[in-house]
Amino acid sequence: MTPVTKARKVFMVTGGVTKFAKAHPSMDFRLMVKRAYDYALKGIPNLTAERIDGTRISYFSDHFSRQLKAASMVQDYLGMNPKGSVRIEWGGATGGECFQAAYEAVASGRMDVCLGAGYETMSRVATWKGNEFIALASDTNFDFPLGGFYTGYYALMVVRHIYEYLRRGKFAGVKDEREAQRLAIAEGSRIMSLVSVKNHRNALHNPYAQYPKRLTVEDVLRSEMISYPLTREQICTMSDGAAVVILCDEARAKEFTDKPVRVIGVGTGTDTMRLADRPFGKVPLMPNERASDYDELDYPGVHSFRAGRAAGLEAYKMAGITNPNTQLDFIELHDAYASSEIQTYEDLGLCRYGEGYEFVERGDPFLKGIDYGFPVPQAGAIPVNPSGGLIACGHPVGATGLMQGVFAFWQLQGTISRHFGDATLQIPKARRGAIHSHAGTGSAVTVSILERGFR
Amino acid sequence: MRARPPTFTKFRDVQAELDRAGAAIFRDAEGVESLVIRYPYSINYIHSYAEDSPFFLGLAEGRLRGSKCRRPKCRFVFATPRSHCMVCGAPTEWVDLPTVGRLHSWTTCHFGSEAFLKETPYNLALIEFDGVGSLLLTRLKDAVESDLYVGMPVQAVFDPAPKYSITDVWFVPRR
Repeated sequence: MTPVTKARKVFMVTGGVTKFAKAHPSMDFRLMVKRAYDYALKGIPNLTAERIDGTRISYFSDHFSRQLKAASMVQDYLGMNPKGSVRIEWGGATGGECFQAAYEAVASGRMDVCLGAGYETMSRVATWKGNEFIALASDTNFDFPLGGFYTGYYALMVVRHIYEYLRRGKFAGVKDEREAQRLAIAEGSRIMSLVSVKNHRNALHNPYAQYPKRLTVEDVLRSEMISYPLTREQICTMSDGAAVVILCDEARAKEFTDKPVRVIGVGTGTDTMRLADRPFGKVPLMPNERASDYDELDYPGVHSFRAGRAAGLEAYKMAGITNPNTQLDFIELHDAYASSEIQTYEDLGLCRYGEGYEFVERGDPFLKGIDYGFPVPQAGAIPVNPSGGLIACGHPVGATGLMQGVFAFWQLQGTISRHFGDATLQIPKARRGAIHSHAGTGSAVTVSILERGFR
Repeated sequence: MRARPPTFTKFRDVQAELDRAGAAIFRDAEGVESLVIRYPYSINYIHSYAEDSPFFLGLAEGRLRGSKCRRPKCRFVFATPRSHCMVCGAPTEWVDLPTVGRLHSWTTCHFGSEAFLKETPYNLALIEFDGVGSLLLTRLKDAVESDLYVGMPVQAVFDPAPKYSITDVWFVPRR
């Protein structure tokens, strides 16, 4: 595949992740990053600290540790001074942006070898105070004082998504409006629970995951109601964790490893900070969609993530992808909520807008050969979150997008078994995968596409 | 000299001890001990509503004000006001919004940020108005989860004792 770009070719040559946990009180952020970094360098004799030209370091919120310019302390701890560095922050997409910042440093020729490192230590405050810090990433004049709560914002989005596509779809024939909406929400909740079961179940084979477990749809539906209709098991949690990636140019990639992975596409998109300001316009079309598919649809409103569509379109174009279903082997997708995983299938063109729920029911995003406790006829079509995603792995914000990069890298190297001690999650012959990182209510999204760089 | 603080192997117990006495030692599964202290922080910001001020002053007078693009070919109306048009960049003017609208979407929050936990459960709603191009996020009161549906007619209520906050207006089911 020939990417449409003038940039230098960029390869990922290694990565490392700490186990994500509710709290790592024995490690501060510097030590967590150091552990992930040491893991990444292990086994690559030629890749020493001297070979790294500079760094990009990401964490989301200064509030969580009340240490400003904390990235400088990571730079110190890794012994990287006086090399160039910059802190990357872009809400929930912080890790994905850091991955792309490291990509850009190499693609532009400014660096030959760039370290991307990210972390978050969210355990330093109580959970509901942490929710407050996250909600401060919403408009503090108009949104936050109403109850500033991200789960509430995503609940508003999925209630409308269910209205657009299930009330007006499968339940279009129900005459009583309120009854039709209740039925649609119950159906949407059931299908969101399938996603939660999938991600928790996959994570049973991922030793880095925070909450691996075997759940039933009933377990998910009966878990605590957080913001109607989203229940606890449909939502990711606060975590402590760190992840690093090392990207470099082609000559060095060949020197460092016989299993490099190439970054063949990067894309980003944005949308309004306030949900209330999202426009009611037309859908930017994927190559396999037609304008007539969406005659009746006001887009994005609050039901879909325009930023995700924009990021996907840019990354696909650069990578030469016209049909993600056949040209991608898996996606590590930012499932902060089971709802946003379903909404994102549509944004990324894995199915048309409105088909996300059927896509889950058909089993397309499930892994083949795993017993989820319900039928998944098309399992393996395009596995989404084979690692377990944010819902099961945790979401230490500044590390999350880089963690996805590391898991995708191991998938494409075919080394899942070595790193996980279990081959179950290895997607056979994975050649190309995408990582997707998403900031609050879809105000920013990144998509990066990775491809196996060896025979 | 102060004694060594007590040691715990559960982080939850560490947190309880911090609330009680301000310091504790956490011992992890590998036997590594970490000293953990309570580290409070509070601040009063000098927060200006700046160009959004007329909206909040309006709420205190029982007026719900949006903004309308001044450019004749645009004239986009925003329910959540902004002093320049997001569509074309021209300045906007203040307009009164209807005080009746419909639920565009809704949820009931059973948890919330720490600052709002004591108010749970509460409803959040996005309101759509006839003739207005964008929405308004608000609290919806006097209704429980089972009453709510997309399209439900609602009306604005203003706080008779304004706090100069977006919470000075809320919506209730239209009577």
